[in-house]
Amino acid sequence: MKPVKIADGVYDVGVIDWNIRDFHGYTTELGTSYNSFLIIDEKIVLIDTVKKDFSDELIANIARIVDPKTIDFIISNHAEMDHSGSLTRVMHRIGEDKPILCSKMGLKNLQRHFSQKLNFKTVESGETLSIGKRTLTFLETRMLHWPDSMFTYLNEDKILFSSDAFGQHYAGCEQFDDQVDESLIMHAAKKYYANILLLFAPLILKLVEKVKEMGLEFNMICPDHGICWRKNPEKIIETYVQWSRQKPEKKAVIIYDTMWHSTRQMAEHIAQGISEAGIYVKPMKLRESNRSDIMTEVLDANAVLVGSPTLNNGLFPTVADFLTYMKGLRPKNKIGAAFGSYGWSGEATGLIFKALEDMQFQMLDSGLKIQYVPDIEGLEACRELGRKTGKKINAL
Amino acid sequence: MDRYVCQICGYIYDPAVGDPENSIEPGTKFEDLPDSWECPVCGAGKDDFEKE
Repeated sequence: MKPVKIADGVYDVGVIDWNIRDFHGYTTELGTSYNSFLIIDEKIVLIDTVKKDFSDELIANIARIVDPKTIDFIISNHAEMDHSGSLTRVMHRIGEDKPILCSKMGLKNLQRHFSQKLNFKTVESGETLSIGKRTLTFLETRMLHWPDSMFTYLNEDKILFSSDAFGQHYAGCEQFDDQVDESLIMHAAKKYYANILLLFAPLILKLVEKVKEMGLEFNMICPDHGICWRKNPEKIIETYVQWSRQKPEKKAVIIYDTMWHSTRQMAEHIAQGISEAGIYVKPMKLRESNRSDIMTEVLDANAVLVGSPTLNNGLFPTVADFLTYMKGLRPKNKIGAAFGSYGWSGEATGLIFKALEDMQFQMLDSGLKIQYVPDIEGLEACRELGRKTGKKINAL
Repeated sequence: MDRYVCQICGYIYDPAVGDPENSIEPGTKFEDLPDSWECPVCGAGKDDFEKE
């Protein structure tokens, strides 16, 4: 349980949110944590705070290490409310006039969150600050994932406080990657990347290059959610690079919804065809699978097939929801196809086709639509679409 | 006059509006913005903009 000592004079005084299951639409089946880091040197520094509801718990955790009043300043790496929500409460306890260090965009964004006057001080990217025996360096990471985002690096200990980057929604008494099941934590990191960071993939590649040029080394990477990476911190960076390159695996995801099982049958027969070509395929029905879990599968799939029945001359609402969500996350290098059953007008397939084409998916054909219930020939056409998809994937 | 979109955050620079908050008068073409000008939303440089 927190607080946890993570290095000499460095503590995680954050809180665990065991019960959160819905993070504005992203399912957090493992809960999450809001990490907050206390560094004790000649100056005492707190990096980020926690969600407002947990303010008292944060202050109590700090008080187990030092008197909160002795904190000299706060660093706000990220203005989002799960990390800034306790700021006013904390300032009240440590002294309203104490400085809050943030990026230039952080100043703008934090001022839009709090009506009271707080003593914000901006730091430049690359600026170094001595806190006694040790020094901190700030690195702006604009749009990773907000304009205000920045990293703070503790030079002597080689610890990177990475804000939301490299985070995972995971609640646990464990603090480090080597204390948890690797596949479980990597899946949580993948889900986080696919749903929060994918759209900024080109920026991540640039940032990693910059960090390499700066010659930074990491003993530990401490994000604001989940466990800290210390076993092999380079691994999560390399994995981020791999995800950001968007060179998907031989894998297909079929995303659909259905009213009278016709579109479901189509989806499953397409899956059969894809599988016949030796490709791993996963059909996911929208009302049973949350959009955040589907995006996690989309991340490393090179074919994304979307199916919808036509309802009231349009898309089935869950399909429209998903297409909007996926568009915003800007997945690249995907093969796409549209399909669906309809009664009399059949607009849905065309609407999906257009949506995927607008996302620059490489479309397989003009869309497969079947009136009412698929017969044997209809199901064979679905299998054929699957085989065609598989062939295309194998040819890549 | 062409509008330009920030590829990082989606902000649109509209020359008809300019960027008064940062002393850019309405009527200033994107090409005429100083090199030091930054996206008022996310701080990206001019290089990160593309014609709409």
